[in-house]
Amino acid sequence: METSLVLILILSPFIGFLYNLFAGKKTREASGVIATLAVTVSFVISVYLFQQVYVSKTPIVVHLFDWISLERFTIGLDFLLDQLSLLWLLFVTGIGALIHLYSIGYMHDDEDKDRFFAYLNLFVGFMMMLVMGGNLLVTFIGWEGVGLCSYLLIGFWYKNQDYNDAAKKAFIMNRIGDLGFLIGMFTLAYIFGTLDYAHLKADFSLAPLTSPTVFAGLTLAGVCLFIGATGKSAQLPLYTWLPDAMAGPTPVSALIHAATMVTGGIFLVTRMGFLYNVIPDVQLLIAIVGAATALFAATIGLMQTDIKKVLAYSTVSQLGLMFLALGVGAYSAAVFHVVTHAFFKACLFLGAGSVIHGLGGNQDIRKMGGVKSVMFVTFVTFFIATLAISGIFPFAGFFSKDEILLSTFEHNKLLWAIGSLASIMTAFYMFRALFLTFFGKFRGTEQEKHHMHESPKTMTIPLIVLAILSTLGGLLGIPGYSWISEYLAPVLPGAPAEAHHLGALEYTLMGVALLGAIVGIAIAYFLYISKKNIPSADEEKEGFGKIIYNKFYVDELYNALIVKPVYALSSLFANVFEKVIAYIVDGVGSLTGYISTQARLIQDGSVGTYLVAFVVGLCAILTYLFIL
Amino acid sequence: MNIVAVLLVLLAGVFLTFVSGNKLAKKSALFFSVLTLLSSICLLQGYLGGVNVGAIIPWISYPHVSLSFKIDGLALAMVLLTTVLTPIIILTTWDKEIKNAKTLYSLILFMALAMIGTFTSSDGLMYYIFWELSLIPIYFIILVWGNGEFEKRKKTVITFFIYTFAGSLFMLLSLVYLYTQAKTFSLDAWYNLKLPVETQYWVFAGFFLAYAIKIPIIPFHSWQASTYQKAPAYGTMLLSGIMLKMGLYSIIRWQLPIAPAAAECFKYILIGVSVAGVIYGSIITLKQRNIKRFLAYSSLAHVGLIAAGAYTLTVDGLRGAVLQMLAHGLVIVGLFYAADIIYKRLGTANIDEMGGIKAHAGKFSTAFIVLVLASVALPLTFNFIGEFTVLYSLLQVNLWFAVLGGLTIILGAFYMTRMFQQVMLGQASAKPFFDLKLGEILVFSLIIALVILFGIYPQPLIELVDPAIKEIVKQIVS
Amino acid sequence: MAENVLKLIGIDSYIYLTILLFSVGILGVLFRRSMIVLLMSIEIMLNAVNLLLVVFSVYHQDSAGQVFVFFSMAVAAAEVAVGLSILVSIFRNAGSIDFATLRNLKG
Repeated sequence: METSLVLILILSPFIGFLYNLFAGKKTREASGVIATLAVTVSFVISVYLFQQVYVSKTPIVVHLFDWISLERFTIGLDFLLDQLSLLWLLFVTGIGALIHLYSIGYMHDDEDKDRFFAYLNLFVGFMMMLVMGGNLLVTFIGWEGVGLCSYLLIGFWYKNQDYNDAAKKAFIMNRIGDLGFLIGMFTLAYIFGTLDYAHLKADFSLAPLTSPTVFAGLTLAGVCLFIGATGKSAQLPLYTWLPDAMAGPTPVSALIHAATMVTGGIFLVTRMGFLYNVIPDVQLLIAIVGAATALFAATIGLMQTDIKKVLAYSTVSQLGLMFLALGVGAYSAAVFHVVTHAFFKACLFLGAGSVIHGLGGNQDIRKMGGVKSVMFVTFVTFFIATLAISGIFPFAGFFSKDEILLSTFEHNKLLWAIGSLASIMTAFYMFRALFLTFFGKFRGTEQEKHHMHESPKTMTIPLIVLAILSTLGGLLGIPGYSWISEYLAPVLPGAPAEAHHLGALEYTLMGVALLGAIVGIAIAYFLYISKKNIPSADEEKEGFGKIIYNKFYVDELYNALIVKPVYALSSLFANVFEKVIAYIVDGVGSLTGYISTQARLIQDGSVGTYLVAFVVGLCAILTYLFIL
Repeated sequence: MNIVAVLLVLLAGVFLTFVSGNKLAKKSALFFSVLTLLSSICLLQGYLGGVNVGAIIPWISYPHVSLSFKIDGLALAMVLLTTVLTPIIILTTWDKEIKNAKTLYSLILFMALAMIGTFTSSDGLMYYIFWELSLIPIYFIILVWGNGEFEKRKKTVITFFIYTFAGSLFMLLSLVYLYTQAKTFSLDAWYNLKLPVETQYWVFAGFFLAYAIKIPIIPFHSWQASTYQKAPAYGTMLLSGIMLKMGLYSIIRWQLPIAPAAAECFKYILIGVSVAGVIYGSIITLKQRNIKRFLAYSSLAHVGLIAAGAYTLTVDGLRGAVLQMLAHGLVIVGLFYAADIIYKRLGTANIDEMGGIKAHAGKFSTAFIVLVLASVALPLTFNFIGEFTVLYSLLQVNLWFAVLGGLTIILGAFYMTRMFQQVMLGQASAKPFFDLKLGEILVFSLIIALVILFGIYPQPLIELVDPAIKEIVKQIVS
Repeated sequence: MAENVLKLIGIDSYIYLTILLFSVGILGVLFRRSMIVLLMSIEIMLNAVNLLLVVFSVYHQDSAGQVFVFFSMAVAAAEVAVGLSILVSIFRNAGSIDFATLRNLKG
């Protein structure tokens, strides 16, 4: 019963994918509905299974068949539905279904929408595989699969080569991380002889991990898996693909590049928490990378003028905060933030998509303004989500972010300061985007102004649902009594995280965080509402602002340090090495030819010479045989 | 069903196709290749049912040579690869106008015969004869039906012929030496021959030259790209899909078990060279502008990984190598077919002159991207199974081999997506590009179905090759 | 009778004579350029060997050696006939029988 339910759960989106891929052309208008239905089926089953596991508190394990055999062990196509994966499944399928619904409106005029919905279904399928994997390898299937879908969807409008470049970049960057994932996986397999989460966890509690070689191996595995996570979750130094990934249709940005796929790294580290808990050095590394990314991306976010890029950098920054939480061992706080972030970031992206849709494709916030009068539903939902991401009480982001900062404060004051600074910056640039987009006067063309309209119902309903979730999501983990940490306690490593005792310190920290957010908002209000500043045009930027606007020239740096040398090496190989090798091989032939030319000269045609040679040779043989 | 019957079916196919005349040749060749496929499936059934499907027929009493064919799972897997790919390759020529078709098709069948012989022979001399026999048809196929100017083509194909032939002669030296030691050409006797280590070095080196050139392992690859470029599409498919597997297979079947001490001794060097080939091939692929040369170099990278897996001397390495051989055979044939379709429609093999094909041909684009993804070893494709196993076996030898070999994951994605973007994506090209026809769809669906099927459920193949591989590893280790 | 011959003059003298004759033949072959002389020198070598055969046949008291000599003389006669006719045709074609000028075999 459960096996077949799990099968339907995982296969439903794949069937949707196959249907839309092969038969989608004929039923193009219905493709969106079919895709939405496929995901909804999964959502319903997820809810059912969630409720079951919630009550029984025992995870559902499904072993389909043996997949890959190795000498020491066999890896099965296994699924593990425990509290952690079910939580992820819920919001992947739930938000996934909402975004599918939204896409019906958003992609209404696209002639290739059957392909779009096929890919979107495929993505949901792989994402479910990622979180449902019963061993690292099944997770890896999903891991690579979502990377593929991301590639396909970023480059969905394939006629534009810039988009294709962005897609390619995302794929390759992800693959760098994937190599890390693979090596980490191999190391664990080499040490423990299994990739099964349950077995690994059991081995960890049994095996003495004191031997230095094993410890070194674990550290290696931890670092490598984390490299995988940085690739997928767009952390330093592999984050550059995510802002570029905004080339894809906006629902894709909402689903893949904000709510679900990019949280894959968080999922992996949480899943492997039992590993990271025994290697504190790597944990510190994770925390530092997370904090650095949070601050770095927030800084870049300050100056962006493309509304989707603003959201992209804020995603990178928020993911950094989540890694910060993972690094200090606050797994449930990180997961909590993943969930709330999925709500409000999806809402923000869909809201931005709604604006872009209403303005006929314009994404530049310098050319927006005053949109709120026309698109009221979009405005309200976007406003709520912005409050949530800025960490304003009582919206969802406040609680989850607060939880992270609290846990960090207990571990490391410096990292807390960095995290808080990033949060303040977030509040500032999110409200900057909000003010520039919705307030003031419209700064676009007359034609755009005329075209401006509120989006259809299929688009606004998901917005409203997500806005409600962004408002109430905080209830999952109110300080003092955190449902989510209690729920996750059986699957998280170490002792169940105790709810923070609410003392004066905690209230002070909350107050500081809230105050910081309000200061950020106030600055944004002062600059963009009171003084009516508009960010300057690209070429007018100078000094530090220009550097930030150009994203610290990281792309250029990578280009110069990695891409160009690889091409140079390729030229070197093709033009020098290949020639030399071919020359040597041909040289053997030429040498034979040369020797034969020389040897020919001996054959001068004179019988006399031959006879002399003959006689001399004969004498030599006779001498050798009889005299020597 | 017996292996001799399979070979006889093919032999009959060779003659009857030649006799049937130019018009019927295509159909006759397809008929016999499918018949061979069916008989090899019967062979598989017999083998799985525990019947002895091999054969030993005495031939020459002095020197002691017999027509002996030993069938185990490993040989059978390679036979099946050949018999599956041969009809597919014949199908790819379906709507081509071919001069002197009867000769071509009988040559193709003859080549399949020689390759199956190579895979199944367990007698040193027979093995050598089949090994060299396979070179003759491909020589004529490239020379007569190839691309480009005849003079240049002749030069390329003669280089190819002499190069591989010269390598094989060193193998012959090793074989003859082994005969003088064992007084028989029988492979089983050679397995039991405990050669002194110093002699093993020489025997090993003789085999290595032949295989390194055939596979090819850098730096013995200089014939490959230009030969692939000059060969007609079906010739390239035969070469890359099956023929280079002869070298890889022979490493596992002949080289390693006969000279295990030498293999153990040179292990690090050989893996190092193979892994260097992976990186070298991947990087050089980036700069290739001719799509067939591009695929040739990418193939160089992939077979480098397979060779590295074989030289790890572990069960995982050998098994991964075998699985990857099968997967690579299927996918590279598909990719060369895609390249051929583009060449047929656009009249150019230059990547710079392509682009915007997807806008015209959705089905073709889908088939192509699936093959591209299989070639970069995405999970749930057959290639992933092999690549994963090989990389894991490399880690068992040394971490850095796994990391460097693993670079193929990144570099492969780099050159493949870049090529796909330049060839398929972008604004619709001015030239019209017809989407796939029924026959073409059939070929692609066959290949893709196999690649995905074994990607999801590779157990049957693993179980097929496992006993043979474990036996060989036991032989190597003891 | 035969024993007397060998007693009269020792067998080693015969061997020295044949070596001398053979060497004369070889030197003639090597250093004379006329083909006629060449053929003659070959005959001398052949006869040196014939003589040796006869001597050893007497020494061993075995007539097989002398029978061989008859054969070889017959073959030599035939060979000279063929050789001379080739020489004549070479002379007709090339106008010379100096083999230093005949270099058609040059590689």
